[in-house]
Amino acid sequence: MIGPMLAEAWSALVANRLRSLLTMLGMIIGVSAVILMLAIGGGVQKQVSDSISGLGSNLLIVTAGGGRQGGVFGGAGTGASLRIEDAEAIAALADVVAASPSTAVPAQVVAGPTNWATNVTGATPSWFRVNEWPVDDGRAFNEREERAGARVAVIGQTVGEKLFGARAPTGEQLRIKGVSFTVIGVLEKRGQGFGGQDRDDQIVVPLTSAQRLLQANAFRGTIRTVSVSVASAQALEPVTDDIVRLLRRLHNLREGEQDDFQVANLTAITDTLSTATTAVSLLLAAIGSISLVVGGIGIMNIMLVSVTERTREIGIRMAIGASRGAVRLQFLMEALMLSLIGCGIGVLLGTSLATLADNFIGFETEIAPASVGIAFAVSATIGIFFGWWPATRAARLSPIEALRS
Amino acid sequence: MTAPLISLADVVKDYRSEAGDFRALHGVSLDVRAGEFIAIMGPSGSGKSTLMNIIGCLDTVSAGSYRFEGQDTAMLSEAALAKLRGAGIGFIFQGFNLLPRLSATGNVALPMVYAGKSGAERKARAAELLSSVGLGDKLVSRPSQLSGGQQQRVAIARALANAPALLLADEPTGALDTKTGVEVLALFRQLNEARGVTVVIVTHDPEVARATNRVVRIQDGLIVHDGPPDDAALFGVRAEVPA
Ligand SMILES: Nc1ncnc2c1ncn2[C@@H]1O[C@H](COP(=O)(O)OP(=O)(O)OP(=O)(O)O)[C@@H](O)[C@H]1O
Ligand SMILES: [Mg+2]
Repeated sequence: MIGPMLAEAWSALVANRLRSLLTMLGMIIGVSAVILMLAIGGGVQKQVSDSISGLGSNLLIVTAGGGRQGGVFGGAGTGASLRIEDAEAIAALADVVAASPSTAVPAQVVAGPTNWATNVTGATPSWFRVNEWPVDDGRAFNEREERAGARVAVIGQTVGEKLFGARAPTGEQLRIKGVSFTVIGVLEKRGQGFGGQDRDDQIVVPLTSAQRLLQANAFRGTIRTVSVSVASAQALEPVTDDIVRLLRRLHNLREGEQDDFQVANLTAITDTLSTATTAVSLLLAAIGSISLVVGGIGIMNIMLVSVTERTREIGIRMAIGASRGAVRLQFLMEALMLSLIGCGIGVLLGTSLATLADNFIGFETEIAPASVGIAFAVSATIGIFFGWWPATRAARLSPIEALRS
Repeated sequence: MTAPLISLADVVKDYRSEAGDFRALHGVSLDVRAGEFIAIMGPSGSGKSTLMNIIGCLDTVSAGSYRFEGQDTAMLSEAALAKLRGAGIGFIFQGFNLLPRLSATGNVALPMVYAGKSGAERKARAAELLSSVGLGDKLVSRPSQLSGGQQQRVAIARALANAPALLLADEPTGALDTKTGVEVLALFRQLNEARGVTVVIVTHDPEVARATNRVVRIQDGLIVHDGPPDDAALFGVRAEVPA
C-alpha cells in the first residue's frame, strides 16, 4: 500500500507544483539557514583551531605593561617594564623549554621605489622555534648575528609580495626607518590571526639590531613580549604562577601593587573563543529553526486547504475501500514528502551558499555532515507533527458527507 | 432458503439541515437474495440514492436495521465497514466519481491498493477488467480524456476490482446513449448470470428495468411496489396518478 501511496502523494504535489514549492519555502529557508549558520560556526571554529596550531603548542605570552598606574590602565604592551634579563630568568624556570624575548615597532619599510608600512619584530633565534614558525625560503638568523646586531631580516610573505612583487626577496636589500637590512629568508605562510590581522605582514630582525637601530631611546633595552614555550599542557598553569611570582620579585612590586606585565595562556584564550563562537552559531541555528517551525505551520495550513479541496476525492477513496488509517497515511505522506523535499532543497541551498561564501567571499565555512542528518530528522518530525492534524481531519470525514461535497 | 444477502428492516433516514429535518426514507423493508438482479425505480427525490447509499454502507440508518450477509452493519467497526465497501460491495455512482489524476488503470487498481493486493496483481487485473468492458486500448487515459460512456465503464471496472458479491449502480445508463446503455446492461446481465453477482440498479428507464428480474418502486421514501418487471411495476406510478 505504501508504494502506490507514495506515488500518489508525489503526483498530488506535482499537480500543484507552484503551491507545493511555495509551501516548501518555509522549510527551504529554515533548513538552509540552519545549515549555513552551522557551517559558519564550524568555519570559525576551524579557524580558531587552526590559529591554535599556528601559535605553537603550550605557549605562554608575557607582555609588558597592563598594570594599573595611578588608576590608569596601561594596556598590554605599552609599558617599558620587560627587559632581556626577565626573559633569561624565565628561561631558567622549571618546565620552561625556551623563553624568547621580542620587541615590536611599527615602521615604514622601503625597497627601491616601493614602500610599505608594517611591523618589525626584534627577536632572538629561538623565536622561530618557540612560535613553531619555520622559514620557507632562505634561512633564519643565528645567535652570532643576533648578538652582533647584524642588519639581516626575515620577512613575512605579504611584505615580500608588497615590496618585491614576483621577485624572490632572499638576498634583496630593504630599508627600515632608514637603516639598510639584507633579506636572508622568508617566513612560511600563516594567514589570519585572531583579530583578523595578517600574520604574514611582518618583518623579523635580530633583537639587538632592533633595540640599537630601530627602537626609540626611551624603550631602548626593553622588550615587548616574551614567548614562553612550556614542557607540557599540564605545566601551563604552574608555570604561569611561577612567572608572575618571579617577575613581581624582579620588578620589586610590593604586596597590593598591580602587575606591570601580563601573562596570557593562549590555549585558554582559544578555548574561550571557540566556546563563544560555538554558542553564537548555535544561537543563530536556533533562530533558523524557528523558521523551520514556521515552515511546518505553512505545511499544516496548505494541507488543511488540500483536505478541504479534496473532500470529494477522500469520499471516493473511502467509498471504494480506503480505511480511515489509509486516508490518514496518505495525507501524512504528502506532508512528509513536502517537508522532506523542502529539506532537501534547503540542504542544497544551504551547502551551496556555504560553499559560495567559502570560495568567493573568503568567509571560511565548514559543513558538518551531522547537521544535514539532523536537518532531515527534524524536517521529518515537523512534517509528521504538522501533517497529523490535517490528516486526521481527512480521516474523520464521513464517506457520504465527503462524497456529497 | 439461505439468509438474504441484504436485509433492510423498517429503515428510516432523516437528513438534518439548517432548513430543518427531512425524512427521506419512511420505514423501508427490503430483502435481496444472492444472485438477484433488481431495479429500483421511482420519481426524482423519492429516496433511491439515499437507499443505495445505505445499502452501500456509505451512509447509516436513522432507525431500523440493515444487515449485510446476516451481519448488522451498525455493529461493524469502521475498519470492517471500509473492508466491506472495498471488497464486498462494488458501487457505481450516479456521477462516475473517478479520480481525475489517475489513469483508467490507476482508478481501477485503487480498490485493490486498499485491499492490499500486490502491484503485479493489480496491474494485471485492472487491464483484464478494462478489456472486459471494452477499454483495452485506454489503459493509460485519464478520465478527462475519456467520453462519458467510457468513464462509466471505467467506473464499472473499478466496482468489479475486488470481485464483490454485490454490485450497486445508481442510474448507470442515465448518462449514456441507448446503444452504450444496452451494452452496459448486457454486461450486468452477464455478471449476474455467469458469476452470480447480485446486481441492484437504480433507473428511470422502463426498458432498463424490464431487463431485470425484480422491480422495486419507491415513492416519497416508501416502497410502493415490489415484484416482477411487468407493466404494473414499470408504469405503476403513472397508472395511479390520473384521478
Ligand atoms: N444531504 C441531504 N440533506 C437534506 N436532504 C437531502 C439530502 N440528500 C437528499 N436529500 C433529500 O432527500 C430526498 C431523497 O433524495 P435522493 O437523492 O435519495 O433522491 P433520488 O430518488 O435519488 O432522486 P434522483 O432520481 O433525482 O436522483 C430528496 O427530497 C432530497 O432533497
Ligand atoms: Mg439519485
